[in-house]
Order: sequence, then structure tokens, then C-alpha cells
Amino acid sequence: MREADGSLLPASGPSTVTGRADAAGRASVAGGRRSVTLVVGLVLVGLVVVTALVSLLWLPYPLSDTSGTRLEAPGAAHWLGTDKLGRDLASQLMVGARIALLVGLGSVVIAAAIGILLGLAAAFASGWVDDTLSAFFDIVIAFPVLLLAMLIVAAQGASLWSAILAIGLGMSAIVARLTRVLAKRVLRAQYITAARTSGTSWAGIVGRHVLPNVWPTLSVNLALQFGIAVLAEASLSYLGLGAPPPNASWGRMLQEAQATVATAPVGAIAPGIALVILVIGVNLVADGLRDVADPTRRSRS
Amino acid sequence: MTRYLLRRAAFLLISLLAAIVVLFVLLRLLPGDPANALLSVNATPEQIAAAQAQVGSDRPLAEQFASWFGDVLTLDLGRSFISSLPVGPEIVSRLAVTVPLTLLSFALALVVSLVVGFVAAWKSRTWYGQALSALSQLGIAVPAFWVGILLVSLFSIRLRLLPSGGFPRDDWADPADAIRSLTLPVITIAIVMSASLARYVRSATLDVLGSDFLRNARALGAPFRVAMWRHGLRNASVPVISILGIELATTFLGAVVIESVFTLPGLGSMLLRAIAQHDYPNIQGILLVSTVAVLVIGFLADLVQRLVDPRLRASISGNR
Repeated sequence: MREADGSLLPASGPSTVTGRADAAGRASVAGGRRSVTLVVGLVLVGLVVVTALVSLLWLPYPLSDTSGTRLEAPGAAHWLGTDKLGRDLASQLMVGARIALLVGLGSVVIAAAIGILLGLAAAFASGWVDDTLSAFFDIVIAFPVLLLAMLIVAAQGASLWSAILAIGLGMSAIVARLTRVLAKRVLRAQYITAARTSGTSWAGIVGRHVLPNVWPTLSVNLALQFGIAVLAEASLSYLGLGAPPPNASWGRMLQEAQATVATAPVGAIAPGIALVILVIGVNLVADGLRDVADPTRRSRS
Repeated sequence: MTRYLLRRAAFLLISLLAAIVVLFVLLRLLPGDPANALLSVNATPEQIAAAQAQVGSDRPLAEQFASWFGDVLTLDLGRSFISSLPVGPEIVSRLAVTVPLTLLSFALALVVSLVVGFVAAWKSRTWYGQALSALSQLGIAVPAFWVGILLVSLFSIRLRLLPSGGFPRDDWADPADAIRSLTLPVITIAIVMSASLARYVRSATLDVLGSDFLRNARALGAPFRVAMWRHGLRNASVPVISILGIELATTFLGAVVIESVFTLPGLGSMLLRAIAQHDYPNIQGILLVSTVAVLVIGFLADLVQRLVDPRLRASISGNR
């Protein structure tokens, strides 16, 4: 029964529900190569996670160490060279991994906590409460996450936490709308009526039936939101609206290296590649999860 | 259709009102008095009072809101705290950069993504079909401002073909000059936006290619070209059009970021300056104009979608 109702959105449904066009269906790939997507994604994300973990224990140079020659080329002493203040770029890149993961995780947790709660509330309460909440989700979704983030950062001042909060709040409406649609579909099922008549509490229904059925699709969406959050934070930091120094954000590293891109290209290239590795990684993981959640998509050509 | 139009217009109106309230509340959450922007650290109480009277922050919040709300309705966005210049006219002059940048980028992204998405779906079993899919997957993972930095280093610094930034002082007096300044920014935004659009186009085309109606049309003897033109494209365009509104809004926001890569004097650089200077009237004005733009774009996109898809026209309330 649960499989039958492990309802997934139709592949061709309004793509705004998942926030992205479907990336999967990458042609007629056999099931075998599908798991490759997941593995490659996990390896890329793992690379960033390991870098972040190492940065907690060991760095080539402390971030405040400006003893290096300015704009030194990559070499044995400084693997990626130094920036215009003589700071080691490899060390900054490693700390940047930490910040990027923190931002992605933090905003997704905020978006999931608020979004799932509001989405479930809308799904259970029908009538005007549902209508009002849905209209509210639609209004918030009409705004690109970055605009909301700029708005909140403008009000709160630039810091790592206001960036995370801003991005998380911006994304929560997308999660809420998706949760509402999915939960409503589950609640219509007969086994919910059966559970109700046999005396299961609403909390029991949420925990035992709704969440397990909603989670597969929701987790795919959350993985995609993770990537969007990382890119949004990079843009904020690039604009000087993200975490202020001494936090090393990849976005701010790019902003600082932009002026010297002609003489020291590595500083303007490495953080960008790091961003791409992380975002592609989570997108591939999302694709892989989607195939696990919905085997029917695999055969789609 | 009329009924839908009325519902949708009411929704737009409510959203606009909500946006005005939210903007006001958000900017009042900021710790500290807006008047501080005018004051030095060791200002005397008299100076503080004078500054508060000047910006109106000594009045009760409700009164401040009422006066701001009234001003917004009469299209008066106030004056900058810093330069005392009226906010509205400066925004309008900045839009002379941001609007062409947004529309040109969007048009280019749309053309590129239609071709790339269609070919990626139609030729999905060939190596270049696969390569196009992979490219668009890569494109959505790349931050736009980084693409801008790379393009500048290639086309401006190495090849010296195009200016690395800036905009002619006399704006559009010499269109050729203005276009030259916008070329790299437009390409930058178009690369990133077309990657995200191409994925929708590809997915919609794949759905159509696998559809019964296309197979039937072919079975009845219609050549692929004719079947695709008559039935395929119209069906494929529906899901694509439904996301154009939010994609155009995203392009507009992308333009705001990219302006700072290329030091273009548009809305984005004005907003960043205003945020740095705590210039409330400017921040409020720019965010309000951006918000109105985003909401109106969404409204128009929904109407276009209704016109293209008769199935939506027939249903009573649609998806809202």
C-alpha cells in the first residue's frame, strides 16, 4: 500500500514545485549507470566534507598569517600561492569549505524545519487556513531566494548567521508548498481513514504515515536547495553582504582575487572550481536519490 | 478568463500591499536608529534630535508607516539620507542600465536554451545530445559572477576585445558604445540562465517526444517536422512558459549581482552603496521597485500561460 502511495510528483508536473527542471532522465541510461550518478555525487561532496574536517584540525598556515610574499605563485611553500595580503590561499580555500557546508546545511535545516511544519499545517487544516497559507507560500516563492536574502541582510547587517537565516527563510516556502502537496496526497489515502477509525492520533499519523511517504521526494528537493543555498551565499559574500573576515568564504575570495586576475589567476579560479565541485556534487546526489525514490523514472528516455 | 483575471489581479494587489508592509517592518528591525547614518560617533543630543526630526524617526512607528505608505501610493520614494537627492528619479536613471541588461540577457538565454534544450532531447542518444545535457548540468552549478570574472580575464585582459567594465558617461547617447559595455555582462548572465532554462526545455521536449499524440500524428502520415510544429511545440511550450516568469525575475536579480562584476551604474550598485551607507530611503525604494517588478512579471507570466494553454482556461480556479 505504501509503495502505491509513495506518491511522487509527476515528472512533467509544474517544475517550480521542485524548483528545478528534472535533471534526471539523462537520456536512456540503464539502471547501472544511475547508481554511478549517486556515487560520483557522493565522492565530490565527500571531497569537500573531508577538506572541511581536515581544516578543523590542521591548516598549512593560520588564516591571519600574512608572512608570505604577496601574490606568490603556487609552489611547495604555498600550494595555491598567496593573496594580495600574503595569506595562504590553500588555507583559505580549506576554511571556505567549512563555511560553504555550514551555510548549505544551516539553511536547509531552517528551510526544512519551517517548511515541513507549515506545509503539514496547511495540509491538515483545510478551508481558509489552507488557502491563506498557500497564498502566503506563493507570494514568498515569487521572490528569488537571493532577493529575500539581500532584503534580510540589508535589515540585519552582514554576518554568517544572517546569511544562513535569510537563505533558509527564503527557501522554506518552497519546501512548505512541496510538503503540502505531498502530504495532501497521502492524507487522501484510504489507509489514513483506516488509521483514524482505529484510533491513531494525528501525531501518530504524521509520524507513521505522512513523513515516511513524503520524505523520499522531499529529500531530493532539500539536496537541490543545498546547492542553491551555497550559490546564494557565494553571491552574497561576493557582494560583501556575507560573512565578514576572518571567515574565509569562497565568494569573498573570488571578490578579493578579481582585481589581480591578470597577474595571479589561481586565486580567481580555485574558489570557483571548489564551488562547482560542491554544487555539482549535491545536484548529482539529488539525481541519484530521485532514482532511488522513483524507479519508474529510470526507464524514461 | 475574466473571473481568473480578477482573482489573479486581486492576488497581485494583496501581494503588493504585503510587500510594502514587509519592507517597512524588515528595515525597522535593524538595531539602531536610521538617523545614525547622518551622525558622527560623538554627536551631541541636540544633533541626534535634529537628525531624528529630519529623517522622521522620532515619530511613532504607525505614523512613520502611514506617511511612507501614502508616499509610495503617490510614487514618491522620498529623498536619500546621504545625498538628499530624490530616490525615484535616481532609480529610473539606473534602470536605463539594468532593464536593457536584463532583457537582452533573457532574450539571448531564451534563444540559446530553446536550441540547446531541444537538440539535447531530440538527439539524446547521440554524443552531442549527451554533451549538451552535461553542459547544462554544469551551467547550473556555476556562480554567474565567477563566469563574469573568467570572461573578463579572457576577453578584456588577454584578448583586449571588450571593455572589462564601466558604462559610457552619457548613457545611451552613443548606442554602439553602450552595447559594447553590455556585451560581456549579457553573455555572462545568458550563459548561466540558459543552462537552467535548457533543462526545462529538454524535459518538456522529452515528454512530447514520448507522447501518444505525436506518435499518432506520425502514424497518420505527418512528417516529423509537421507533427512537431503542429502538436509538439505547443504542448512543450506550456511547462516552459510556466517557469519563464520566475526565470525572468531571477535574471533581473542576476543582473543586479553581475553589475557589480562589471562596475555598471545600475540598480545593483545603487543598492550595494545604499546598504553600505545605511541609506534607508534608497534601500527601501530599490527593494520596493525590484519587488514590484518581480510580482508584475509573475502576473503577466500567468496570464500568458492561460492564453497558450486552453486546458487552464477551461478549469474554474486553476492552480491558485
